[in-house]
Amino acid sequence: MNWVDTILQGVLLGGLYALFAAGLSLVFGIMRLVNLAHGDLIVFAAFLILVLVSTLGVNPFLAAAIAAPLMFAIGWLVQFILLNRTLGKDILPPLLVTFGLSIVIQNGLMEGFSADSRRVSAGALETASIPLAGLNIGLMPLLTFASAILVILVLNRLIYSTSIGRAFRATSDDPVTAGLMGIRPERIFAMATGIAMVVVTIAALYLGTRANFDPSAGPSRLIYAFEAVIIGGLGSLWGTLAGGIILGVAQTFGAAINPEWQILAGHIAFLLVLVCKPRGLFPRAID
Amino acid sequence: MTSGFETMMAEDGSQTPWRTEIGTRLSTGFAGVALLVLAGLAFAPFVVSRGVLQDLFFILTMLALAQSWNLLAGYAGLISVGQQLFVGCGAYALFGLVTLLGMDPILAVLLAGVVAALLAVPTAFFVFRLHGPYFAIGSWVIAEVGRLVLAQWKMLGGGTGTSLPREAARDMAGIALLKDWFGMKAALAADALTFWLALIMVAVTIGFVYRLLKSKQGLGLAAVRDNETAARALGVDARRMKVTVYLATAFLTGIVGALIYLQKGRISPDAAFSLTDWTAYVLFIVVIGGIGTIEGPIVGVILFFFLQNALASYGSWYLLLLGALAIATMLFAPRGLWGLVSERTGIELFPVRRVLKGRPLAQTAKGGPNG
Repeated sequence: MNWVDTILQGVLLGGLYALFAAGLSLVFGIMRLVNLAHGDLIVFAAFLILVLVSTLGVNPFLAAAIAAPLMFAIGWLVQFILLNRTLGKDILPPLLVTFGLSIVIQNGLMEGFSADSRRVSAGALETASIPLAGLNIGLMPLLTFASAILVILVLNRLIYSTSIGRAFRATSDDPVTAGLMGIRPERIFAMATGIAMVVVTIAALYLGTRANFDPSAGPSRLIYAFEAVIIGGLGSLWGTLAGGIILGVAQTFGAAINPEWQILAGHIAFLLVLVCKPRGLFPRAID
Repeated sequence: MTSGFETMMAEDGSQTPWRTEIGTRLSTGFAGVALLVLAGLAFAPFVVSRGVLQDLFFILTMLALAQSWNLLAGYAGLISVGQQLFVGCGAYALFGLVTLLGMDPILAVLLAGVVAALLAVPTAFFVFRLHGPYFAIGSWVIAEVGRLVLAQWKMLGGGTGTSLPREAARDMAGIALLKDWFGMKAALAADALTFWLALIMVAVTIGFVYRLLKSKQGLGLAAVRDNETAARALGVDARRMKVTVYLATAFLTGIVGALIYLQKGRISPDAAFSLTDWTAYVLFIVVIGGIGTIEGPIVGVILFFFLQNALASYGSWYLLLLGALAIATMLFAPRGLWGLVSERTGIELFPVRRVLKGRPLAQTAKGGPNG
């Protein structure tokens, strides 16, 4: 086993998990909503990209660029029409409604696309690699990781240095007072979910081009995203990236020992962090 | 149906004590009907065909799972989407005890509950570090860990699973008696036996939930659910309460899981730890029927059974519809179907509310009974 290579692959895989997690983290940070349909929305976006690629014959990256505004609109509408009604002191309605949504999306996709595994072809890019100090680094994993960093940079900039970000933070702190200042919390929530769906589309692009996916792939993506968020600590996007990396490294190490242990190793790393540091490694929010 | 604690004396010094009462005349009557239904169901194996018996078995096991989940989510506020962990572990405990140790399946079913409850001790340690929505996903992760670990257990078939030895089910305690007394065939006798066990489990689960809710602990549980801070300020040990409910439901769910797989006779990690079968369906049954009531899951499971029979041939559409129905229920009738009935008619078949009884209220008296 080549340790350096394993760690590197794990770190790069962590970028994908951070992309899965960033949208979940954003939505939770602003409206304390845990979207159990998050993974299924990623898979839904991957199917959307697949359809665009096959019907328009465009490059997957262009397809994702077309899909992103569509996903923004879907996210905005789902939040505005459906999820806003469930927000409140009681945590049961949002959990059950998003769980129901997850089942609806999964089975809708199953009906539309059958249970077959699909893949979005990225052409020569899929196999391209860069030689570096005796290792071959895949271009796709590298791009994924770079995108994760870029997404987190942009999200942090959006949250901390724009007026919409100020509205996000104000609504997150106290929706009623924010409402008094002329912010409409329900629109802010819809906007946040829309932005989260753009991140989901980026995640879906890499999910679809790097590996096979099928309609039932959503729940495990949700679990990876959740584990990355909790390992990193709530409220910190850089923490989420670190969480994704730890998860990725744990999984590649597990897989290097025995391919059947890949997923299990990730879960065990998560549980260990939960025991040692229940609030995650880099906590910020107090919840 | 009177819970005996007397709270205060009437004001004018007469000896009629005020007391709180749980129960209505209707619920007392209903208790009789419920016993009759149970007794009637107990005769089912002699009357109905094997197909109907298996359908009834399915309904009863789903009902027992739904009641357990309802206790956990509806009363203790612990929204778990990982109860398949205990179904799967109960089922695997049964298979392990029967195939590897040669234990009698009936005894193994009971022990499976103990195994599930024991397993719940370490998992409680993990999931109780997470709160609210994170508890939900945390419980799911642990169920996944359970599935992945048991898929490594090669003696029980690893990832592909295994079957219960035929002779184990044939030689179960009680089968010989049934064959001798009623001339049942072995297969029917096995179905009858699992059916009765399922019926007992439903009665025990509902009885347990109902007694708990009527007790002082149940009052504490409701207080914790409604306002944890206030309840704790009044001396309710919220955490202990929740852990107790978590362990109890693990025990019940483990037994039901073992029972289901005793009847199926074949197990695989993917089926035994299925999120759809043991959590999604159960959750939809409870939500559509009415969460936080004992009647709700009963209504829900009956509706669920008819929907499944009518729509099962539509495959994914069926689940899609069920999901949409659950969303609509949560949005427009959060207390479920039973909630709609109960709101309009005031009927409570399993009342847990304490009602102040005694003399009619003396409106003129200064202060009044509430002081």
